[in-house]
Amino acid sequence: MMGPRTVEDVRRDFPLLERLIGGKALAYLDNAATSQKPREVLDAIRVYYEQSNANVHRALHTLGEEATAAFEEARRKVQRFLNAEKPSEIVFTRGTTEAINLVASAWGSQELKTGDMVLLTEMEHHSNLVPWQLACARGGSRLGFIPVEADGTLDLDKLERSWDPRTRLVALTHMSNVLGTINDVKAVAALAHRHGALVLVDGAQSVPHFPVDVQDLDCDFFAFSSHKMCGPMGIGALYGKERILDAMPPWMGGGEMIRAVWPEKSTWNDLPWKFEAGTPNVEGAVGLGTAIDYLHGLEFRSIAAWEEELSRHAYQALSAADGVTLYGSAPRRGPVFSFTLGSIHAHDVAQFLDKEGIAVRAGHHCAQPLMRKLGVPATVRASLSFYNTFSEIDRLAAALEGALRFYA
Amino acid sequence: MSAFDELYQEIIMDHYRSPRNTARLDHIPQALAHENPTCGDSLKLEVVVGDGEKLERVRFDGKGCAISTASASLMTEQVQGLSVAEARKLAGSFIRALRGEESVDVLDGMGDLVAFKGLTSFPVRVKCATLAWHALLVTLPGN
Repeated sequence: MMGPRTVEDVRRDFPLLERLIGGKALAYLDNAATSQKPREVLDAIRVYYEQSNANVHRALHTLGEEATAAFEEARRKVQRFLNAEKPSEIVFTRGTTEAINLVASAWGSQELKTGDMVLLTEMEHHSNLVPWQLACARGGSRLGFIPVEADGTLDLDKLERSWDPRTRLVALTHMSNVLGTINDVKAVAALAHRHGALVLVDGAQSVPHFPVDVQDLDCDFFAFSSHKMCGPMGIGALYGKERILDAMPPWMGGGEMIRAVWPEKSTWNDLPWKFEAGTPNVEGAVGLGTAIDYLHGLEFRSIAAWEEELSRHAYQALSAADGVTLYGSAPRRGPVFSFTLGSIHAHDVAQFLDKEGIAVRAGHHCAQPLMRKLGVPATVRASLSFYNTFSEIDRLAAALEGALRFYA
Repeated sequence: MSAFDELYQEIIMDHYRSPRNTARLDHIPQALAHENPTCGDSLKLEVVVGDGEKLERVRFDGKGCAISTASASLMTEQVQGLSVAEARKLAGSFIRALRGEESVDVLDGMGDLVAFKGLTSFPVRVKCATLAWHALLVTLPGN
């Protein structure tokens, strides 16, 4: 149940979930890659284009005012969604990747000096690794990695003992897209701050599943994408503490991010527009704002409760299934299940599941260093959302038996 | 036949279950292995060219999905005894056909490789089927 609504009822909000795949009902279990979109979000985007489309922050006509209002209202929704103190701390980006690149580029270029360290973890998505490799290559700084323990967690006592005093920033995922581990980013932030380092949280996987309060976490940056939380692709946001964002140089130049431009130099706009060069993705912001309203309408408490029930069922079904090896057993986990099936390659498993109408991800999940650590070239990943059902999980378990027979 | 059955044809499953011409190729350093980054597949290929520029022995060592394993196995059979130029031509033609740059009907004249015709409905898997062939092009002398 999602508040007063049943899962069957909630599923009717998502037109795509009615699709048949090869004549079979779709079981969409690839939510960590991207979620499906409720009709409300799709309608909001259409209505925006049909009624209010204009360029923002410039046009002095009714449509321009409406578009600007819609865009800035979406920003305030994101601010409340993350419980940021001010809307000026919310920068719209194309998504998590661009948000992290913004920090690595703008903050990194000014702050990272030769010999400084950026500390990551071994479970980072490439989007929270490669931007830092680039930043370190530019500034002569170093990368460090918090090891992943056997159960998929981080050992913070070990981190404290082995703290490198040149660490300037810790960038880590809130929830692993492979292991499902939910990291205690609040404790990491407290630890880092004691040593004078900043903390960036990659929230791409966490925001769809539980409420986030950036003030409570006390992180300095928080990045997330709209498309994994029922919103459209191509939009996301960076939260940054105002005084930190204020001290950072701009990263992309263009319209909107300037105050005054001369042939030889320019001055910068206020936050957050200083970091938003060019015409922004207004339809995306409107869609994201609507997705936030949608999730609030279902109530995060109910979402989390249902996803926990689903997870328990999935964990039981998968651990009982022949040939399945699960990766990740942290005490605090999100609804993400990475596994291998006997010695069958993950691609073959996924292809077999697709034949049964079941959509999963197979591969390295953009986390090659972690896969090497796990000692597997690829895993299958089933990732759940609040619109999934017990019967979809049962279909997955049954299909895995079929795959085991087929590839034997 | 469903698209899935077209993909995993009997001949492909046979070469996947019992791949031909495999060997431990420990003398080839891992750095020279050919990798498919999207699926973590890794393949080492050994090509011995004998008299008259003919491929005398072709063996592979690797871990991969059914499609990439079967493709490597079938390739070792198909190119054995060909001249370097013929092998290069076959590999180029096979890769172009799977990528859709050339009619897939060209596979009809390639013996058992015709089994890969079903792959064209699965563009994501093309990389799996072409890994060994790219490796061959790189490994052949005169590259």
